[in-house]
Amino acid sequence: MSHALELVLRTVSVLAAFLVLPLLVGQTEHKVMAHMQGRLGPMYAGGFHGWAQLVADGVKFVQKEDITPRDADRPVFKLAPAVSLVPYLVALAVIPLSPTVVAADVDASVLFVLAASAVGILGTLMAGWSSANKYALLGGMRAAAQLLSYELPIVLATASVALAAGTVSLPGIVHAWHPLWLLWQAPGAFCFLLAAVAELQRPPFDMPVADSEIVFGPYTEYTGLRFAFFLLSEYAGIVVMSLLFAVLFLGGWHGPFADTIGWVWTLLKAAAVAVVVIWFRVAWPRLREDQLQRLAWLVLVPVAIAQLALTGVLVVVTS
Amino acid sequence: MSSNQTDPGSPAPKGRGAIPGLIKGLATTARTLARPSHTAEYPDAQPHLPPRSRGVIALLEENCTSCMLCARECPDWCIYIDSHKETIPAPTPGGRERQRNVLDRFAIDFSLCMYCGICIEVCPFDALHWSPEFEYAELDIRDLLHEKERLGQWMPTVPPPPALDPGAPEPAEVAAANKPPRAARPARPATTVRPQPPAAQGDA
Repeated sequence: MSHALELVLRTVSVLAAFLVLPLLVGQTEHKVMAHMQGRLGPMYAGGFHGWAQLVADGVKFVQKEDITPRDADRPVFKLAPAVSLVPYLVALAVIPLSPTVVAADVDASVLFVLAASAVGILGTLMAGWSSANKYALLGGMRAAAQLLSYELPIVLATASVALAAGTVSLPGIVHAWHPLWLLWQAPGAFCFLLAAVAELQRPPFDMPVADSEIVFGPYTEYTGLRFAFFLLSEYAGIVVMSLLFAVLFLGGWHGPFADTIGWVWTLLKAAAVAVVVIWFRVAWPRLREDQLQRLAWLVLVPVAIAQLALTGVLVVVTS
Repeated sequence: MSSNQTDPGSPAPKGRGAIPGLIKGLATTARTLARPSHTAEYPDAQPHLPPRSRGVIALLEENCTSCMLCARECPDWCIYIDSHKETIPAPTPGGRERQRNVLDRFAIDFSLCMYCGICIEVCPFDALHWSPEFEYAELDIRDLLHEKERLGQWMPTVPPPPALDPGAPEPAEVAAANKPPRAARPARPATTVRPQPPAAQGDA
């Protein structure tokens, strides 16, 4: 009985985190972008510092008409937002905030997280394919090409960390973590961060949704709440990737008083990473399609492979 | 690991390289983040306009003599003036009656006006003035035709003219009023013999 209760409790807490953290990131993005661009627009709704901006956005999305194009592949079209959103919930369940604060303690959690977060991409492809719209199809194809290219650096950089720690379990990696890793694994961390931003199709890697050329890419035909789900999945993706970065490269819950407030450290580190991701969006121009592919194959993949080789050599030499 | 140049601009343009530019971009946005924005929150906070800003044209009706100079000089032909003449009886018995213009209609169509201010410049009697009020937008373009009553209502919003520079000469009216009366002309001596003009010749 208590086992079932614990299961429900863990599920509910993951669900709560999944509903709160992306909104927190969204709110942060509104405010940070507004400050960085010297704008006052998002500072207006609700009074103090525009706290009600997200509420207003939500109300707006709910009011919109829910449209399905006549020629669309209806079941696929309607399923796509869920397919892009749910995998991040699954991934969030196995990311440990501290040795004790983890919803599901899986052994090969690194593999599990990578596999789960890669499924989210499928939603974008489904949306692009089923919309019966050339712009959406083009955006979907771009998304497919981009995700294919950038999955590789993510996996290689993660493999390097797993190799260094000698385990594929996220808590195990954090246990093996040492501050020197910040230097040693820095190239891999950089690859991971850039590839993660690309994986989320956020600027400067938002070629698939380039609104000036292909309207809004795979999401062209989406309206109202379904569109909002795609946006939400982007922010959920930021949460998952930031937490993953914090756990893999920044030492998760390591810090003063790690025994009691370790999960706060993880959250703080992830928040810092999320702010950096937002910062990239404001500061950098969008990459052209060919530049995007060049960066992946000629820079990120070689650097990640070199990192992997270095890690392998050092692990063999020191053990 | 010197090949750690993994910034997204890296098919770098020849020469400078993309990395410094990207870092500069990050620095610029971070600086902007730390500074408050300088946006004027207009509907909430009124702007501080300079006293000579051109908002709307006000009419001081008493000063207008319907001389039509403003209407003639207006490049847009947006000033409409109607007037008639009235006869004023002579103030003294046996004197001459006088006529004066009475203004019937003075209207400015602000949907045509281009705010050049020529009418104000040319008005000889200071009947037209700039007011800094600018919030008179209308939903119907026809409501931008301001008749003389509405133009007169802008008059209290006209700021007082700026003070003269310390070294400036007195205004013409003041200078004229302060001028000492002209001394009486000395009487012409009676003995002067006016030279006779020579007789005209051959002008028949």
